[in-house]
Amino acid sequence: MSGLSLSHEPVSGVAHGKLAMWAFLASEIMFFSGFFGAFIVLRNSNLDVFSASAAELNKWLALVNTIVLIGSSLTMALSILQLQKGNVKLFRLFMGLTILCGLIFLVVKTVEYSGKFHHVLDEHEIMHLRNGVPPNPDALLPGINPSTNVFFAFYFLMTGFHAIHVIAGLIPMVFMFVKSFTKGGYNHPVKVESLGLYWHFVDLVWIFLFPILYLIFPAH
Amino acid sequence: MSATSAVANNHHDVHSHSHDHHGHDHHELSFIQKYIFSTDHKVIARQFMFSALFFLFVGGFFALLIRWQLAYPGKAIPIIGNLLPATWVTDGVVQASFYTQLLTMHGSVMIFLVIIPLAVGMFGNFCIPLMLGTDDMALPKLNMFSFWLMPPAAMITMGGFWFPDGMAAAGWTSYPPLAVINGPGQTCWLIGVFLIGFSSIMGGVNYITTILNKRTPGMTLFRMPLTVWALFITAMLIVLGTPVLAAALSMQFFDQFLGSSFFIPDNLVTTKKFVGGGQAVLFQHLFWFYSHPAVYIMILTPMGIVSDVLATFARKPLYGYKAMIFALMAIAFLGFIVWGHHMFQSGMNPLLGTTFMLSTIVIAVPSAIKIFNWLGTIWRGNIHFTAASMNALAFIATFIIGGLSGVFMASAPIDIYIHDTYFIVAHIHYVLFGGALFGIFAGIYYWFPKMFGKMLNENMGRKHFYWSFIFFNLTFFPMHILGVGGHMRRIYDPYIYDFLKPFQPMNEFITIAAGLLGFSQLILVVNILWTIKFGKKAPDNPWNANTLEWSAPTPPPHGNFTEDIRVYRGPYEYSMPGAKEDYAPQTKQDIPSEVEGEIVDESMFKAH
Repeated sequence: MSGLSLSHEPVSGVAHGKLAMWAFLASEIMFFSGFFGAFIVLRNSNLDVFSASAAELNKWLALVNTIVLIGSSLTMALSILQLQKGNVKLFRLFMGLTILCGLIFLVVKTVEYSGKFHHVLDEHEIMHLRNGVPPNPDALLPGINPSTNVFFAFYFLMTGFHAIHVIAGLIPMVFMFVKSFTKGGYNHPVKVESLGLYWHFVDLVWIFLFPILYLIFPAH
Repeated sequence: MSATSAVANNHHDVHSHSHDHHGHDHHELSFIQKYIFSTDHKVIARQFMFSALFFLFVGGFFALLIRWQLAYPGKAIPIIGNLLPATWVTDGVVQASFYTQLLTMHGSVMIFLVIIPLAVGMFGNFCIPLMLGTDDMALPKLNMFSFWLMPPAAMITMGGFWFPDGMAAAGWTSYPPLAVINGPGQTCWLIGVFLIGFSSIMGGVNYITTILNKRTPGMTLFRMPLTVWALFITAMLIVLGTPVLAAALSMQFFDQFLGSSFFIPDNLVTTKKFVGGGQAVLFQHLFWFYSHPAVYIMILTPMGIVSDVLATFARKPLYGYKAMIFALMAIAFLGFIVWGHHMFQSGMNPLLGTTFMLSTIVIAVPSAIKIFNWLGTIWRGNIHFTAASMNALAFIATFIIGGLSGVFMASAPIDIYIHDTYFIVAHIHYVLFGGALFGIFAGIYYWFPKMFGKMLNENMGRKHFYWSFIFFNLTFFPMHILGVGGHMRRIYDPYIYDFLKPFQPMNEFITIAAGLLGFSQLILVVNILWTIKFGKKAPDNPWNANTLEWSAPTPPPHGNFTEDIRVYRGPYEYSMPGAKEDYAPQTKQDIPSEVEGEIVDESMFKAH
C-alpha cells in the first residue's frame, strides 16, 4: 500500500450504506406522503364512495398479511443480530424465514387482487361504488380495477407500490441467502442492517395502509 | 447499495497503483470501464456535461421553432422547413398541435435534461469529492447508475416522437385533465420524468452521504466551500421534493393508462370514459410542491459556484460566509412552503393565497442577503476579469432583474393580471437562463482546466460571454413588455387578436435576438472541442485559488490526490495582510510572511 488514506473512515461514524439508506428512506417517506396526502383530500370529497368501497375489501386477508409482515420484521431483526454475532446458520434460518414471509405476503396480495379482477359489479354496486355510472368497457383490467372509482384507484396505487417495494426488498435478501450457502459465505452485517432498515420501513408503510384502506370507514 | 465495499476495495487497488505511476494508464481498467461505465466521479461529471450540452441544443432548437412561429405565423421555416416530417409541419409551417409539443418539450428538456444535470449532476460529481479532499463518492456504483438512468429516461421522455400523436403536449407542467386525455406521448413523458427523478434521488442520496461521511481530516462543515454547501442543500431538496413529483406522476400515469380518476372531476365529457370524483387542482398542488423547490434545485448550485468564483477573482474573502450558508438554508426551507403562488389563478381560498403571497415575498430577504454579500465580496476587491468572473457578475445582474420580477408575481393582485402572460416567460428565463445558466457557464470556465487539464481559450470565452449576455437581454427583456401588454404565454398565433397585432415587430426582434443567442452558444462548443484538441496545458492552480481541488494534479488521476490531504483553514482566505502571496490554500498549515523566514500570525484575522 502506498499509505494514502483518502478513502477514510466515515466521518459521521455511520457506514456509508446505512447513512445513504436513511437519506433514501426520507425520500421514500415523502413519496408515500404524496399518496397519503392525496388520499386525505379525495376521501373528504368522496365519503360515501369510500365507505361503500372499503366494505368490499377483505380485511381478514389483510390481517393475515399484517401479521406475516410484522413477523418478517422480527425475523429480519433477528437475522441481523445473528450475523453480527457471527452465527451464520441462525442468520440463514432467520433470513430464510423473512423471505418466506415476504413471499406469503405477495401470494396473499395476489389472491386479493385476483378476487377483485374477477368481481363483476352488479346494479346495486354500480349505484353505490360508481354513482350509477356504468363500468368503462375500455378499461385495461376487468372487474374491480383502478378505473372503478377513486377509492379503488388508491387501493391499487398504494398497495401496488407497496408490493413493488416488497419485491425490491426480496431480491437482495434472496441474493444474501443464496450467497450464505457458497464457500465464501456471506459476512456483510452493515448491508444486512441497511436492508433491514428498508424492510422495517416497508412494514411501517403497511401498518398505515391497513387501517386507512381496510378498517377506517368514513362516517355517513 | 450492495457490493459497495467491493467497489471501495477495487478503488484502493487502483489508487495505490496510480500513486506509483502518477496516473498514466490503468492497466486493470478496460476502455469501457474507464470511459463508459465508469464509477469515477470525474468521468461521470464529464458524461453529465456532454449529454446536457447536447440537450441544450435540442431544447434550443425547439425554442427557435417556437420563436419563428410567433414572429412569422403562417410563413414557412427557412431552410429546414421542408425537411421536417409532415406530422410537424404543413408546407414548412409549424402545425398548432406540434407547436404545443414544442412548448412542452422545450421546457421539459431544458429543465430535466439540461439545467438539473449540469448544475447538480456535473458540478455535484466533479466538485464534491475534490473539494472535500477525498478519492470518490461514498457510493460510486450508485453514482454510475444515476448517470446511466438518464439516457434511457431522456429517450422515453421524448418517446412520443415515434407515435402518430406526437410527443407530450400539455406543457412541462402536465396539468390534468388535458394531460390525462392526451395520447401515448404524454404517457412516455410521465415514465421518462419519473425515471429522471429516480436518477436525481440516487444522486442526491449519494451527495448527502459523501458530504457527511467523506470529508478529509480538518474539513469541518464550516470550512466547506459554498459550492459544496449549495450542493448539500440542493441534495436535501432533491431527496425530499422529487419523490412527491414521483407520486403525482404515478397517479397521473394511473389516470392515463389504467383509467382511474384521481385528477378527473365529475361529469367531464371526453373521448375517454372516467367515473370522476377526483380533483384537477390536487395535481397542481402535488406538482408544485416539487417544482417550486425544483427552481431552487436549479439555482442554488449556481449561487454557490458564483460565490467561489467571485471570491477567487476578487482576491478577497467571501463576505459573510456563514450568512451565505444560512441564506441558502432559508431559501431552501421557504421553498417548500410557497408552492401555492403558482396557483393563485387556479381557484384558491384568498386567505390561503395571502399566506402563500407573504411566504413568497419573504424569500426576497435571504436572496437579498446573498446579492449584497456578493457585492460586498467584490467591493474594493482586486477584480480579475476572466470569462468565469464575468459570467458570475452577469449572474448577479440578471438574477436581480429576475428576482425583482418575481416579487411582482408573488403579489397575488398583480399576478392575477400578469398570470399566464409573457411576463412569466421573461421571469423564468431571467432566473433560469440569466441566473442558473450563466452561473453554470462561470463554473465551466472556472473548473474546465481541472476537468480536462487544458486552459479554455480566454478570447473565445469572452466572445461567448459578451454575445450571450447581450443577446440574452435583447431576447428576454422585451418579453416583460409583451407580457404587460397581455401577450399570452402558450398561444400559437397571437395575431388572431387585434390588440396583439402591434406586437408583431417586437416578436420579430425577439426572434432575431434569440437566433443569435442560440448561435453564440456554438462558440462555447467550438471552444471546448478546440481546447480539448489543441488547448494549452493547464497548471495545477491556474487561478491561485484556495480550495482543495486545486491541490490535486491536473487532470486529477483516478483517486484524485497524490498525497494525503489535511485542511487547516477556511476556503476563502485571500489577500491576508502580511502574507507573501494573496492566497492561502486550505492544505497549507503555515503561510509564509512578506518578511523572509517568518510565518503569518493568523490569530489576528480569522476567517468569518
